Amino acid sequence: MSELKSWREVPEGVIIENAGNSEEYKTGTWRSFRPIWHEDRCIQCYRCWTFCPDSSILIKDGKVAGINYDYCKGCGICAHECPKKANAIEMVPERT
Amino acid sequence: MQKFDAFTGNLAIATAMKQINPDVCAAYPITPSTEIMMLFADFVANGEVDTELVTVESEHSAMSACIGASLAGGRVMTATSSAGLAYMWELLSIASGLRCSMVMTLVNRALSAPLNIHCDHSDAMGAKDTGWIQLFSENAQEAYDNVIQAVKIAEHKDVRLPVMVCVDGFIISHSYEKMQYMEDKDVKDFIGEFKPYRSLLNVEKPETFGAMVLPNYYMEFKRQVREGMERARKVILEVGKEFGDRFGRYYGYFEDFMLDDAEIAFVVMNSAAGTVKHVVNMLRKKGIKAGVLKPRVFRPFPSKEIADALRNAKVICALDRAETYGGEGGNLYLEIKSALQTAKNNATVINRIYGLGQRDFLPNHVEGIYKEIQDFLSTGNIKLFDYVNLRD
Repeated sequence: MSELKSWREVPEGVIIENAGNSEEYKTGTWRSFRPIWHEDRCIQCYRCWTFCPDSSILIKDGKVAGINYDYCKGCGICAHECPKKANAIEMVPERT
Repeated sequence: MQKFDAFTGNLAIATAMKQINPDVCAAYPITPSTEIMMLFADFVANGEVDTELVTVESEHSAMSACIGASLAGGRVMTATSSAGLAYMWELLSIASGLRCSMVMTLVNRALSAPLNIHCDHSDAMGAKDTGWIQLFSENAQEAYDNVIQAVKIAEHKDVRLPVMVCVDGFIISHSYEKMQYMEDKDVKDFIGEFKPYRSLLNVEKPETFGAMVLPNYYMEFKRQVREGMERARKVILEVGKEFGDRFGRYYGYFEDFMLDDAEIAFVVMNSAAGTVKHVVNMLRKKGIKAGVLKPRVFRPFPSKEIADALRNAKVICALDRAETYGGEGGNLYLEIKSALQTAKNNATVINRIYGLGQRDFLPNHVEGIYKEIQDFLSTGNIKLFDYVNLRD
């Protein structure tokens, strides 16, 4: 996160004044399981992209291109939703 | 131009609310405050106010709705008592933490068990540390005046905190007394128009309200609430003076009743102060130097000013209308002792718990305490903590 502010500087009443600033808070450190995306098995169905609650499925040139680990919390929804026949996302324990 | 009429405490408060004409009232009925919203609902139904009256299903919801309406930029009021305030408790520190300028009348009533609908201050004392400014009112007049001033205090840009106006259940809320009241336009002019400094409904500048804050920022926001409370000290005095200049009734932190040369001082809040002042008048006629300090502002607590007002007292009796079960004494007692200790004043402070669940507190009970103090002055012995009018 950015540099911590003093009590005199923070907005009165716990207001977040700038809309859309959740980008500044990288939630990837919360992860205990890491999704690994296998490009060779991916059928480009976009189910992972549709269901990811943290918009962490990367798209490049209209195609699934990986996972944004800055924000992925490791919930495993992408792996669960990935069609069984493709099985393109596997969850592995995060090493600390 | 002011007029006199007969008012109950509840009618006085409902009248003040009518004159204030808040944007939103969300309330749930509970004895003895029910009548305030009942009377106010009439004003709404008759079109005498423009208020959106939200009839919710509980006090928890009432305070939640008030917080939402306040953050949306409305002038918001409500009223409750006892268990109703207890049920709001979770939301009380949210209202102060989110810096909601709102006014709530608390018609003081005992907490259960045993179930009791009558007066004591256990509800208010339970909420004293939730970031609400607390004003206490001896009678209907003070309740009416406090509610109107509370709006101005709560909305002041240096304060932006909720204000709780306390008034004794039944003793004041349901008793008729003579009261002076202002014209609607004068009240309107005194409180001015509410200018919210931010609003949930401002789509031009969307903001997040009530976000979670982790350990790295929580203390900073709590420190800000203290700052609002500290700044309120000045604002309360300014508003009290302006009110006096306009309407002739001046308000400060407390009422100083014959304290100047008082060697024996009673400290008491709300309606019982009248009884104690009556006894002090009698004692003065006998040449006894007694006085009364009646705090009006309990949060923020005016420690320095109270210690100064009590500087000549040899014995001080703090009268508490709420228990602390296992504390050294009642909350008023603790605050008084703390204020005196800081001022390096070694006067003897005793504590008497009176009037729980509206147990009678009559002139002869005050005289009884005076006799104990008189004995102490010759023998040096006195109970520091005791009850008044309790069967032993």
